[in-house]
Amino acid sequence: MNAIRSAIFGTAVALAAGVTFVPVLAETPANMLVIANRIDDITTLDPAQSFEFAGSDVSRNIYSKLVNFDPTNLDAGYGPDLAVSWTVSEDGKSITFTMREGAQFASGNPVTAADAEYSLRRVIILNKTPSFILSQFGFTPENVAETIVADGNTLTITTDQRYATSFVLNCLTSTVGGIVDSKTVMEHEVDGDMGNEWLRTNTAGSGAYTLGSWKPNESVTLIANPNWYGGEVAMQRVVVRHVQESATQRLMLERGDIDVARNLSPEDITGVMQADGVAVDSELRGRLMYISLNQKNEVLANPLVAEALKYLIDYEGMQDSFLKGQYTIHQGFLPATYLGAIDDQPYSLDIDKAKALLAEAGHGDGFEVGIVVREAQERIDIAQSLQNTFGKAGITVNITVGTAKQILGEYRARTHDIYLGAWGPDYPDPNTNAGTFAFNPDNSDEAGATGLLAWRNSWHIPEMSEATLAAVVENDRDTRATMYQELQREHMRTSPFAVMFQKIEQTGRADNVEGLSLGGAITAVSYWNVTK
Amino acid sequence: MAHSEMVSKGRRRSPLFGMLIKAGKTLVAIAVTMLGLLFMTFIIGRVMPVDPVLSIVGERASQEIYDREFLKLGLDKPLIVQFLYYLNDVLHGDFGISLRTGFPVWGDIKRVFPATMELATLGTIMGVFIGVPLGVLAAVKRGTWIDQIARVVALIGYSMPVFWIGLIGLLVLYGWLGWIDGPGRLDVFNEDIIPTVTGMILIDSALARNWVIFKDALSHIILPATLLGYYSLAYISRMTRSFMLEQLSSEYIVTARVKGMSETAVIWKHAFGNIKVQLITVIALSYAGLLEGSVLTEIIFSWPGIGSYITTSLLSADMNAVMGGTVVVGLVFVLLNIFADLLYKFFDPRAK
Repeated sequence: MNAIRSAIFGTAVALAAGVTFVPVLAETPANMLVIANRIDDITTLDPAQSFEFAGSDVSRNIYSKLVNFDPTNLDAGYGPDLAVSWTVSEDGKSITFTMREGAQFASGNPVTAADAEYSLRRVIILNKTPSFILSQFGFTPENVAETIVADGNTLTITTDQRYATSFVLNCLTSTVGGIVDSKTVMEHEVDGDMGNEWLRTNTAGSGAYTLGSWKPNESVTLIANPNWYGGEVAMQRVVVRHVQESATQRLMLERGDIDVARNLSPEDITGVMQADGVAVDSELRGRLMYISLNQKNEVLANPLVAEALKYLIDYEGMQDSFLKGQYTIHQGFLPATYLGAIDDQPYSLDIDKAKALLAEAGHGDGFEVGIVVREAQERIDIAQSLQNTFGKAGITVNITVGTAKQILGEYRARTHDIYLGAWGPDYPDPNTNAGTFAFNPDNSDEAGATGLLAWRNSWHIPEMSEATLAAVVENDRDTRATMYQELQREHMRTSPFAVMFQKIEQTGRADNVEGLSLGGAITAVSYWNVTK
Repeated sequence: MAHSEMVSKGRRRSPLFGMLIKAGKTLVAIAVTMLGLLFMTFIIGRVMPVDPVLSIVGERASQEIYDREFLKLGLDKPLIVQFLYYLNDVLHGDFGISLRTGFPVWGDIKRVFPATMELATLGTIMGVFIGVPLGVLAAVKRGTWIDQIARVVALIGYSMPVFWIGLIGLLVLYGWLGWIDGPGRLDVFNEDIIPTVTGMILIDSALARNWVIFKDALSHIILPATLLGYYSLAYISRMTRSFMLEQLSSEYIVTARVKGMSETAVIWKHAFGNIKVQLITVIALSYAGLLEGSVLTEIIFSWPGIGSYITTSLLSADMNAVMGGTVVVGLVFVLLNIFADLLYKFFDPRAK
């Protein structure tokens, strides 16, 4: 239906082009940024629980963290935020942060090491879905009193073993690392929930903005925080409006009623490129599109078959047609811009080579296989392309389209043949993907490691799991990057995963809007540097 | 003597008693309808291939977190027990927390329903004030060009996809001409200025005597309301025409004309007078249909109404929100039916 709607709208726009008419353009106020986006995925604003894209956008602008990314220089990696410096103990297990003097929460309360202690402990004690980002360092509700400790103006965290410092600090830049105003939060505690219910719909941060209002499915309004240590921001008010339709977003952008449109379809991107006063930005995001082969399927467990299938994917054809401008070819499990990411592309569509590999594997006459895919248009399009190219080598593909529950249920139960889906990193460290694509210490059904993609595909990799663990504790940044590069090349060659594409986000904006960073592949959007 | 007094008192009480019985029957009917509606929605929600637990915890959640939420939602209990718990909460005015928004469902409904009501009411007013005269005129001028135009107008209203007309309307009136404001209920800089009384911005801004906001709200609502009004008009005018044709061919109309009664009196007093009851049903159904929320209209115009609320909730497996929304829409249907019944009695003495 989206395609029909776009076609109709495209026709209407084409008709419009034939009419000479000068519309009266509106303009948003100079100190207000108005954005159209799909924000219906926000379920909570509590940084200990929020794990959705739109929620992360809000959180990044409201909650300062101990360390953070500078939107003007994302390539530099993490840098000081509420912690001005940090030291690592000799055994590499403890990191001591020195807090910034004079920082205040939006409430006016001073930001202290005790607030940081409370915030990080809170994540572990509440044990919500994203808590694994911190609990993977050995923090538990039972030991946080000893492992996360404030002392005067410093906070010391002690992990269960030595980890790469960059790994720990990268994790602290994610949403769960947001520092909350402990006094304000505790005033709203109900039945020992550490303010979880209150923070669902309210905020208590020290970032550049504070929450004006959140109307689910309608809008989020952020108001500049006068107490922010970073000083006054140009955009005193940021309003993110939920606008579902790309065509509607385009109209609003062209009319000047919004400054930024974040969900424009490829057709509408092409359209706005021709409009006066509108610019289009492209940023690489972290989402990867991949297929994976269940190793419980004897045919798919054959490495030659896996290799053949990687040569039966029309990477370029898809990139240049229905995925144009939305995805770019990427075959490593680390998104471009991550530490250790590589841009090797060893596979391209080569039907003859695939046929030879299948013949060598004893499947020269092809075989029948199923692909399960969620009911999202771009994924279904990819599945159909695979059905077509696999068919050229004699492989009959049965596509099963289902809801998230059906498809994920099958994937987690390891009953699929081939899964086609997307994976987005959870935190801005290479381990976020290495730890799921290339880590599976126990492949038994009883292990139930449903969070690991390697386990979901029954891929038994004791040696690669060791290599992944080794990269996590390597403290030298360059050596660590090299380890991930080698790991990915091995993974590309031997794994039952075929990573195909990385997401590009194209944003339409009024050309007077400067300094908007969507966060690239590693973080969320930042508004505090925006000017008009 | 005493006996006859008792009979007399009993007879004096009987109209009241009858009314009480009727009211009781109506209440029982409402209760049974709502119970059935709740039960059906609940069962459909449970057999749908969506997972409310995954909606809350996300697909990355560990099994431990998943299981904890599963138990917290009471999904380990038999269906009937789950339903009874839910029923108990609803009877205490608690529709639960929306899994998707994190807000109490009742609070969400109080926010989104007035938006739909404002739109539907304006749409229905347009539909009635244009559709009824158009239908009468088409019937009176049957077979003429006026009738043909009225029929084409109705046909277009029936057959055009709402998203097509909506997008074209936006493109022309908002995109090209700039005569109206775009999607949403207000411009962003006018939001949260007037106090919320009814949740219907036109009324609230009028109460606050803030005519800038009133004008802004009117400029935003006019296109989606007109669109809904057009669909309402198409239905109402067709039905009015059909009812009127039936009446105009009746013998009593011929008699009235033979008696020399003016054409205006024949049409409006006699023919139209006799279709009022049928029209009430048509208008009530049309209004109820719009109150359900026109999902596509709400999506195209970014209108935060109950239609898109229920639909988005359904797709996110947020069954608390779906059931809360369904109950409210169901209740509105029932109340509109009762209201229509009362109007029948007002317009048609026989119904008394």
